[in-house]
Amino acid sequence: MSENNMKITLKVWRQRNNKAKGALETYKVDEVSSDMSFLEMFDVLNDKLIREGKDPIAFDHDCREGICGMCSMYINGQPHGPLQGVTTCQLHMRSFKDGDTIVVEPWRAKAFPVIKDLVVDRSAFDRIIAAGGFISVNTGNAQDANALPISKELADRAFAAAACIGCGACVAACKNSSAMLFVSAKVTQLSLLPQGEPERQSRVLDMAAQMDAEGFGSCTNTGACEAECPKGISVSNIAHMNREFFAAELNKK
Amino acid sequence: MMALTGLFLITFLIVHAGINAMIFFNDGGETFAHWAHFMGTNLIIRTMELVLVAGFVVHIVDALLITKHNKAARPVQYAYSNPNANSTWYSRSMGLLGTIILLFLIIHAAHFWIPNRYNQFTTGEELNLFTRMQDTFSHWYVVVIYVAGCFSLFWHLMQGFKTAFQTLGINHPKYNPLIKNVGIAFSVIISVLFASMPISMFFNLVH
Ligand code: HEM
Ligand code: SF4
Ligand code: FES
Repeated sequence: MSENNMKITLKVWRQRNNKAKGALETYKVDEVSSDMSFLEMFDVLNDKLIREGKDPIAFDHDCREGICGMCSMYINGQPHGPLQGVTTCQLHMRSFKDGDTIVVEPWRAKAFPVIKDLVVDRSAFDRIIAAGGFISVNTGNAQDANALPISKELADRAFAAAACIGCGACVAACKNSSAMLFVSAKVTQLSLLPQGEPERQSRVLDMAAQMDAEGFGSCTNTGACEAECPKGISVSNIAHMNREFFAAELNKK
Repeated sequence: MMALTGLFLITFLIVHAGINAMIFFNDGGETFAHWAHFMGTNLIIRTMELVLVAGFVVHIVDALLITKHNKAARPVQYAYSNPNANSTWYSRSMGLLGTIILLFLIIHAAHFWIPNRYNQFTTGEELNLFTRMQDTFSHWYVVVIYVAGCFSLFWHLMQGFKTAFQTLGINHPKYNPLIKNVGIAFSVIISVLFASMPISMFFNLVH
């Protein structure tokens, strides 16, 4: 049953800019519909704040359909909130009760500095991808799609790894702010496909080096990343990346 | 390095538990003394002992370095976090559990290893470790410390055994259940076996 009159108390992290000290501030939102998405509730609150002449809460979002990876809220102690396999934009207020108090914070990691309020800078991920998460393609006509045979099994595994949307929930969930799930998803995807073969060894070394340079922590195998990943990326990718890494290290000149 | 040294320490545990279990022959420690003598004098074993100490040192130093690095990766903590929703408490407490094990190890070494080696160096004689065990474990607080040490070891192994394979890149749907179950069985057997020694000595079940 949908409800139209939920009263929600929000404790939201407010921080003017990267340098400023932030703090949790309390807001009351009335007349919340259980059919609203979590972000729509923020739209309602921001609308109210703007009409009151106050600074609206900055938060990241784009597609609002769970595919872009922009939304990034740490809700009641969990990235993307209490549900599994769901981004913040796909979380609905029916997952909460009338009268609930909800704490909302930005992702916390040295490598993800807060820009404003709930918005963090995730360009560290872009730099890791730029360091090796690509394949080289010749210019000219695209080659025939079926020219390279790939087994169904490998294609499926590569596809499962390619589902990562780069949201950073894995980093946010990890007690060490480790980016291993994200990095290993890309390393695994490309290492399984013939297109990724030419850069296979330099890729894993370069991406791992960039990951460390960005200040992410190390993987300690708690499994929190996998449990919180909205796309169900498996930690088996991390083991796969470790294998790729050892092989590349041993072969390095 | 954590995984390699951890697995190495695990092999040590197997040997150590096996030899100590000889006390359960209830022959006044005769079988145990035989093997303890072998362990205390054999050249290969004495060399391995140095490797073992090195194994511990590398494991601990690496743990400290990693922990420092990982703490630095999140300078601002969450105001409210619910980590139990996505991970087990012991997987997040390897450092704490390891520290308790380390404290226990220091006490443990002071009870047996250090006095015995000291005696060997000064008089050339080994101590009677069996009667020494009986003395040591006649105090209830010593038994409590040992059981607490085994408890920490249990949880450390519950996480460490299986994740060492993951760290080394061994993760396969066919073998994962095996690794997991052997890890659980190993953690239970080793900790219960070790804990049973001081307990049964305290209650005079072993003589
Ligand atoms: C003496 C004190 C000890 C300390 C301070 C300690 C500390 C730690 C820490 C902090 C970790 C997690 C490392 C990470 O972040 O990946 C760890 C992992 C581990 N420990 Fe220990 N530990 C100790 C003793 C032991 C013992 C006695 C054993 C086994 C007999 C052992 C076996 C392992 C294993 C197998 C791992 C997993 C390695 C991995 O996940 O890659 N540790 N230890
Ligand atoms: S692995 Fe999952 S949690 Fe991490 S960035 Fe990719 S989609 Fe987000
Ligand atoms: S806004 Fe695109 S995934 Fe949530």
